[in-house]
Amino acid sequence: MDPSFEDIGDLRIIKVQEDRIDAAVAIQFKDRMRELTDTAPPNLLLDLSRVAFLDSSGLGAVVAAFKQAAPDRRLELAGLTPTVEKVFKLTRMDSVFTIHACAGDVTGLLANAS
Amino acid sequence: MGTADQHRGWRAASGAPVLHLLFPGEASSVRRALKTAMAVFGDMPRGSAPISVVEIVLAEVLNNVVEHAYAEHGRGLVELEVEHGTASLAFRIRDEGLPMPGGDAPAGLAHDLDVSAQDLPEGGFGWFLIRELTEDLRYRRVGTRNELTFRIAHDAQVPDR
Repeated sequence: MDPSFEDIGDLRIIKVQEDRIDAAVAIQFKDRMRELTDTAPPNLLLDLSRVAFLDSSGLGAVVAAFKQAAPDRRLELAGLTPTVEKVFKLTRMDSVFTIHACAGDVTGLLANAS
Repeated sequence: MGTADQHRGWRAASGAPVLHLLFPGEASSVRRALKTAMAVFGDMPRGSAPISVVEIVLAEVLNNVVEHAYAEHGRGLVELEVEHGTASLAFRIRDEGLPMPGGDAPAGLAHDLDVSAQDLPEGGFGWFLIRELTEDLRYRRVGTRNELTFRIAHDAQVPDR
């Protein structure tokens, strides 16, 4: 569980490299997210485009990351694959998070704005 | 783990067995079993229950066995049987761990998400997902075993909200 990250101005994009965020890696994920959040600029984008599967523990870890970031930083999501999207939709967590189709949508906006 | 004929009730109408796995009730074995199961479901005929729904449900059910029935000590087996019927997949999961608290499967109620960020729930989604995506879910304690049975309809949809 070692997500890559890239800072673009006020934005840190964190890309999860695992294909699953499940009970086996959820705690590790949450800890790593805390480290990456504590040093981050005000805006965080979690890129989940490589994550094919997320279970309830994984969902809990993403929510924990959102809470760790607040109130000083804002965590948004990008690149939900179909099964991951189903889990967010079923639990109505899609109403809590701002979700972008892909990370490029956000970086594209930044490029256009500058 | 007992003769199949004692438990005809859980089986799907005109069902044919598609999977029967026996594996240790600890996390890495369960992850492997889930992978095997998903490969089998991936080969099922078109029009079978959506594979993503099956994966979400099975992952939650098996995690619960590891974390609660076997309380993470991993000593004991899990038996997973699946039948492919005309309208649904029928599942039976048995283990030899601790019984469900209160003698029944948790209700899995939806969380109130209309709360401040710091009050958002970080757990308790598992049984909600299982209940939402399955039909005819039944839990019973048979001697020293837990037995959970349920169906996933071939036309199961993720409900719109």
